[in-house]
Parts: sequence; C-alpha cells; structure tokens
Amino acid sequence: MREILKSPGRLLQLVVTLLACAFLLVPTIMSALAGITANYFRGLSSGLTLKWVGEVWALYADSIFLSLWLAFCCLVVTLVIGVPAAYALARNPGRTSRIIEEFISLPLAIPGLALSLALLQLYGTMQGFRTSWTFILVGHVLYTLPFMVRSVLAVLAAIDLRTLEEGAATLGAGPARRFVDVVVPNALPGILAGALTVVTLSIGEFNLTWMLHTPYLKTLPVGLADSYASMRLEIASAYTLVFFVMIVPLLMAMQWASARAQRIAS
Amino acid sequence: MTSRAFPLLCLLPLAIFALTFLALPLARLVLGAAEGDAGWGVYLEILRTPRYMTSLLQTVLVSLAVTVAAVAVSTTAALFLVRNRFAGRNALLSILTLPLAFPGVVVGFMIILLGGRQGLINQLTPGHVVFAYSVFGLFLGYLYFSIPRVLLTVMAAAEKLDPALEEAARTLGAPGHRVLIDVLLPALAPAMIAAGAIAFATAMGAFGTAFTLATDIDVLPMTIYTEFTLSANIAMASALSVMLGLVTWGLLLIARSVSGTSIAAGG
Repeated sequence: MREILKSPGRLLQLVVTLLACAFLLVPTIMSALAGITANYFRGLSSGLTLKWVGEVWALYADSIFLSLWLAFCCLVVTLVIGVPAAYALARNPGRTSRIIEEFISLPLAIPGLALSLALLQLYGTMQGFRTSWTFILVGHVLYTLPFMVRSVLAVLAAIDLRTLEEGAATLGAGPARRFVDVVVPNALPGILAGALTVVTLSIGEFNLTWMLHTPYLKTLPVGLADSYASMRLEIASAYTLVFFVMIVPLLMAMQWASARAQRIAS
Repeated sequence: MTSRAFPLLCLLPLAIFALTFLALPLARLVLGAAEGDAGWGVYLEILRTPRYMTSLLQTVLVSLAVTVAAVAVSTTAALFLVRNRFAGRNALLSILTLPLAFPGVVVGFMIILLGGRQGLINQLTPGHVVFAYSVFGLFLGYLYFSIPRVLLTVMAAAEKLDPALEEAARTLGAPGHRVLIDVLLPALAPAMIAAGAIAFATAMGAFGTAFTLATDIDVLPMTIYTEFTLSANIAMASALSVMLGLVTWGLLLIARSVSGTSIAAGG
C-alpha cells in the first residue's frame, strides 16, 4: 500500500477507483438505511424500525412470490430447452451452430422494449395467453436462455465429448443414456453457473416485464417501479432493501459459479 | 435411434421456442412498422419529424458521453486493480460489479437518492441542488450500470497483458505516462473499443432507468414507450424499435468481433 502512495500516477488511479466505488456504493447504503429508519427526514436519530419492511410485506408480498415462482419456472424451462440444445451445438460445431447461437442471443442485443413490442403485436390479441403469467415467463425465458446455452456450451466445448461418448457407446450405452450419464455430469459446472445466472436475471428483469405484465400480475421489479412512483421514500427504500437481500447473495453465487465454470472451460 | 438423430432431437425444443417466440414476433415487428398510413415510408417520417430526430440525437449524445466517461473511469480502475495487490482489493472489485444484477429502475432510484429532492447532495449542499430528473441525472444513471460492464471487459484484457512489455519499456527509460500511452493503452485498445460499444448499445436501449428518471426527457426508449402506450401509434413505435434494435445489435456484433466478449444489454 505504501508503494502505491509514493507514485502520483498510482495515487490518481486509486482515487478514481475509490470515487467510482463510492458512487456505486453510497446510494445502496443510503437506500438500505432509509428502509429501516423511522423517519428519513429526521435521519437516523429518529430510530431504527422494521415497520417499513413490514409494510412492504403487506403491500408487495404477492409480487415477491410471483417473481420467485417465475424465476423457478424460468429455470426449469431454460434447463429443459437449453441443456440439450447446448449438447447438440457442442456435438456439431461449425457455421450452422454458430448462427443458431447468434440467433438465440439476439435478446441480449435487442432492447427488451423492442422485444416486448414484438411479442405484444403477435400474441397480444390472444386474451387467455396475454393475461396469464406464462406470457411474462416467455419474456423471461427469451432473455435468460442464451445465458444457459452459452454457459453449458462453453464447458462442453472444452472437454473431449466425442471420446467420452465413444467410450460409453462401446460399453453399450444408447444416445439418451449417454446424454444423462456422461454429458450432463460433465456439464454440471456450466449448468450450475447458467442456473444461477438465469434465476438472478429473472428476478431482476424489468424492461420486458413492464410491457408484458397486467395489473394483477406484478413482479418484484414492477412493484419497485410502482413504489418509486407512488410510495413514501421509506417504503420504496425498504422494498429495495428486500430486493438487495435477495439479489446480492445470488449475484455473488453466480459470479463464483461462473468463474469456476470458466476455469474448467479454458 | 441412431447417434446422428439424437443431437438433432436435442435441438428441437430450442428450435420450436426460438421460432415461436423470437423469429415470428420479430418478423411481425418489422412488418408491423409498415402497417401505418405511411407504409414503409414510416422510416422517412422519422427523419422528417423533428420530435423523433431530437429524441434520437439526445439519446446518441447521452450515450456517447456515458461511453467516454465509463471507459475512462473503468479502464483506470481496471488497470489499478490488475496491477496492484492489496488488502481490500476483492472488496473493491465486488463493489464495482455490484450493479450488474440491478434492474434499470433500481439504478434510477439510486440516482434519486443521490440527486433527488430528498437526496444526499441536496441535503449536504446549501441551496436547492436537484439533478436526478435532468439529463445529468440520466447520464449518472447510465454511468452507474455501465461501469461494471466496461470494467469486466477491460479487466479480462488487462489480466492477459504481458508484464514483460511494460518492464522492457521501463528499462529503456520510458517514464510512467509514456508507458501508459505507448504500451498499455494500445494493448488494451481492442478491449476498450469493445467495452465502449457495449456501454453505448446498453445506454441507447436502456428503458428502466429512463422510465424512473426521464419523465421530462425524450430519449429513444421513452419515445417508443409513449408512442406505443399513449399515442397508440403502433407502426411508429415498431419502426423506432426496429431502428434501435438494429443499432444496438450491430454495435454488439462489432464489439464481439473486436474482442470476443459480450455482456448483456439491460438497464
């Protein structure tokens, strides 16, 4: 540390880094504190309370459960669609596979607003579908699926899949058996990283969800937008605090799992 | 079942999903843009309507400013974190990547806490300093979610730099700033371009942050949202979406071809 302080260039770098950290961290701490402060205008001296968190629970518990349910369903669907697809792409590397991967990754590049307008124009008139939670689920799967496919594909591409499968085949295992007993266990680090990414992103998804949701189906981030627009600052902050408590551990687990999968893949 | 048929079967669920919920809706969006009174001329109408052009220009300017600021701040932080080992380094890194999981609305709220009527800056300074709902507030919001994305891309490249290059330059007598300008920055340039393209594309398409902050500012996603919900001008909303989508997609494609990385758009 003393060495850093000796060079003016490094000192400047340290200052910029610390300022950036403060810019990102200070408002999150303010939000967390405001959510448990009795009266934000009078400051912390007004005392700490869980009253606002309680009110958030009374007002928005449904939206929290809806988000958890959507994230769970999104995970199941991306596993069922994504893992076999990643296997197929890893078995046949080449131009076609790259085009497919590129195509399903479009939802990462096209803004969610544009995607949701596309979905609304095609399926908006199908009332039963439009007003059900599965319509939101489609949006979440669309957005998270590329992460699952790429995460699993990266791990599978790094191992000698063909040799492993040939070994299993000589022992008499059919294609489906090889997929379950050879491919899936080898892909587990990628599946875990993909799964954590899918759940984290699904719980936080707003851009698509805002357009796809109905007044009776509010997810956690939609509820957040609602509280920012119409609730007192303490309630908005308490709700944000609840969101942080859910999302930060998930983010850390996701980063850990992704780094682990990447070490295997490279 | 033969060995060749099984992988194809594995691709079937993906093919059905991508066709039903990605290919067909996108085709519908492109065709929907031409279903208004102007037909395909809707794109000319964008160019001829000052309101859309102002919105487009404003979006590009804010996004450019954010890109420059995010690349400058994040490259500095990335170089510092890669080249120095000290206690607390991992904590700083965690803080800098924290916003990755924040939806755009939450980022907007963070800026309100800093620059809103009840915000930190207004409390600390004498007078009335409220900037959360101005273009500057929007800039800060976009910067908030751009810093981690740029940081991760540049750090990945900085970690692969050969320290021998820098040492060689120093042995030859180059002072610190020459090493930075002649050795480090050229080596990091591809990653910085890629990260910049990611930041620009993300800022162009950011909806959640704009939704929370830009009640009075016309940026493209807000214009699209207003056209669709308030004016019910579906053809124009679609045309603007197609245009925005092509721009962000093209930029991210460039980013990937330059450095081989990609980080999701969002915000």
